[in-house]
Amino acid sequence: MILKELAEAIGVSGDEGGARAVVLGAVREHVDEVKVDALGNVLALKRGTGEQPLRVMVAAHMDEIGLMVTGHDGDGFLRVAAVGGIDARLLPGSFLQVGPERIPGVIGLKPVHLLREKEDQEVSKIEDLVVDVGASSKDEAKKLAPLGTYAAFTTPFRELGPTVSGKAFDDRAGCAVLVELVRGERFGFDLHAVFTVQEEVGLRGAQVAAYAIEPHCAFVLEGTIADDTPKDKDVSPTTELGKGPAITVMDRSFIADRRLVRLLTDTAQALGIPYQFKQPGIGGTDAGTIHLTREGVPSATVAVPCRYIHSPVTMLSLDDFNNTVRLMRESLSRLTRETLS
Amino acid sequence: MKELVRKLVETYGPSGVEEQIRAVIRAEVEPLADELRVDPLGSLVVHKRGSGGGKRIALDAHMDEIGVMVTYVDEKGFARFMRIGGVGPLTCIGARVAFADGTMGVIGVERKRDDPNKVPTFEQLYMDVGATSRDDCPVHVGDAAVFVRPFQAQGTRLIAKAMDDRISCAVLIETLRRLEQTPHDVYLIFSVQEETTLSGARTSTYGIEPDLAIAVDVTGTGDTPECRPMAVELGKGPAVKVQDRGMIAHPAVRDLLVQRAKAANIPYQMEVLEFGTTDAAAMQLVRAGVPAGCLSIPCRYIHTPSEMVDERDVENGVRLLLEVLQAA
Repeated sequence: MILKELAEAIGVSGDEGGARAVVLGAVREHVDEVKVDALGNVLALKRGTGEQPLRVMVAAHMDEIGLMVTGHDGDGFLRVAAVGGIDARLLPGSFLQVGPERIPGVIGLKPVHLLREKEDQEVSKIEDLVVDVGASSKDEAKKLAPLGTYAAFTTPFRELGPTVSGKAFDDRAGCAVLVELVRGERFGFDLHAVFTVQEEVGLRGAQVAAYAIEPHCAFVLEGTIADDTPKDKDVSPTTELGKGPAITVMDRSFIADRRLVRLLTDTAQALGIPYQFKQPGIGGTDAGTIHLTREGVPSATVAVPCRYIHSPVTMLSLDDFNNTVRLMRESLSRLTRETLS
Repeated sequence: MKELVRKLVETYGPSGVEEQIRAVIRAEVEPLADELRVDPLGSLVVHKRGSGGGKRIALDAHMDEIGVMVTYVDEKGFARFMRIGGVGPLTCIGARVAFADGTMGVIGVERKRDDPNKVPTFEQLYMDVGATSRDDCPVHVGDAAVFVRPFQAQGTRLIAKAMDDRISCAVLIETLRRLEQTPHDVYLIFSVQEETTLSGARTSTYGIEPDLAIAVDVTGTGDTPECRPMAVELGKGPAVKVQDRGMIAHPAVRDLLVQRAKAANIPYQMEVLEFGTTDAAAMQLVRAGVPAGCLSIPCRYIHTPSEMVDERDVENGVRLLLEVLQAA
């Protein structure tokens, strides 16, 4: 399953090579041109039938959040910094893959027997944590994991009935949806499928890719927050698993183009595809830089709802995943010049 | 011009949903334009060709207004919302808002707060549209609403919601109406999404590549009780911006406005705004850079439903822009 391969690949922001290799292998035979640009974005072009003289960019980001080695201490432990947004509370007790050799590393936890009173309520900052790769000296640690080495979570992909879990569904889920779109039939327009880099650290890859492509419009595919676990107040879950692909109206990075949102909802309603609106005002995506490119690019974001994103154990529903692929395929098939007028 | 202002301020147009206000503005400017287009993000761009020998000048005013967006509808049909642009929680309490189709809502606040003497957060506000359950609620996640207040004129003061920045749209329209001749190639941008990201001004300017850009927007005043010290006052003339939180005006643009005002005996004031910015900040950084400045209409109570300007400042703003455009 392409989602499994993508989720288990390693590609922290700035060093997306592992994920890029999987993407290239998956799309190469289904596109007319593919290249890797200066920042590492994969730009794949699937030419259209010619019916719709448009350049349509569909993007998903390859990078995941992770850690980077910033120092080595005398006992052979590694000091690290976050790459992308990480909640320090979920690091103690986590199991990492360090460097290109995927050396196992552990962020340990003081055993409960040794904790002082109230110590179990303290939250350590990332700069106070250490990664243990089994080294017994500073020199050994430096050799195993020099300064600048990346570390990623180590969560294997698992199927749990109608849901699957693994690391980095933000945004390997979006990448998997894009791969499925690329593998299907040609559209009427030229499809510029872009697998971007460095979204988690500032939407950077998308910015340069959009400048190069000059699309008439853009869709961003994401794995987004589903906070649908039990609460005591009747407030928004942001999105919910099982309710279908989540369409953004407005987030912290952009306002979706209403014509594209209407295309998506009209398509969903006509075909009975479930969909939901993501809670407005939460998060940001590559659309944040894409829509500002040159003279402006009308943009929209569609996401697979994922629980626990930015943690080692993200979870999504395969029904939502498949409905996202279906909604995108059908909506893109209905996209014409008139949609944007 | 009062009727024009009334029409503009009372039209619905929050950031991202500018179609209605764009249509109203378009009807006003289309007969006067040499060329007119709506660019990719929805800004309206009017082109007025000059007689030749001048510069390419872009004037700008934003069409969008602040508002609120529904983020969730609860079981009982109450809507939770977020702000669109710089809306404060105090502005919302007891306010009436209107959606694109005219549906009205009232904003209430949770009584059972930890500290009723503190300003509530947006999470403690909700909107009541008269529904009794999620199923019969006429508004949905993603729907946007604007504050509702009618336009009123009292003496020389003009009061309404969305003076920011519909008053500047009126200034641009009136300038276009009265423009008889100009050596310059003039573009008027009626931009989208200024209140959120300045995305309209930025992308429209990219398309035009002007030699010079002047945004027209409202600015605050220092003439109300116990207010922050500020030099600008209502009725003392349009303000020439020196700097605000997002940009330093190009000295040549600033001086151009001052010189033309002096030469034509038009009252003006100098302005430094300590908070907030305008489309000019985005226009300045497009491509290889654009000399940019801002002509400001003094306004009390910005980002409340009762923004107040003085019609003399508005009239003098039009006169000043004409002085800039009609000479080389």
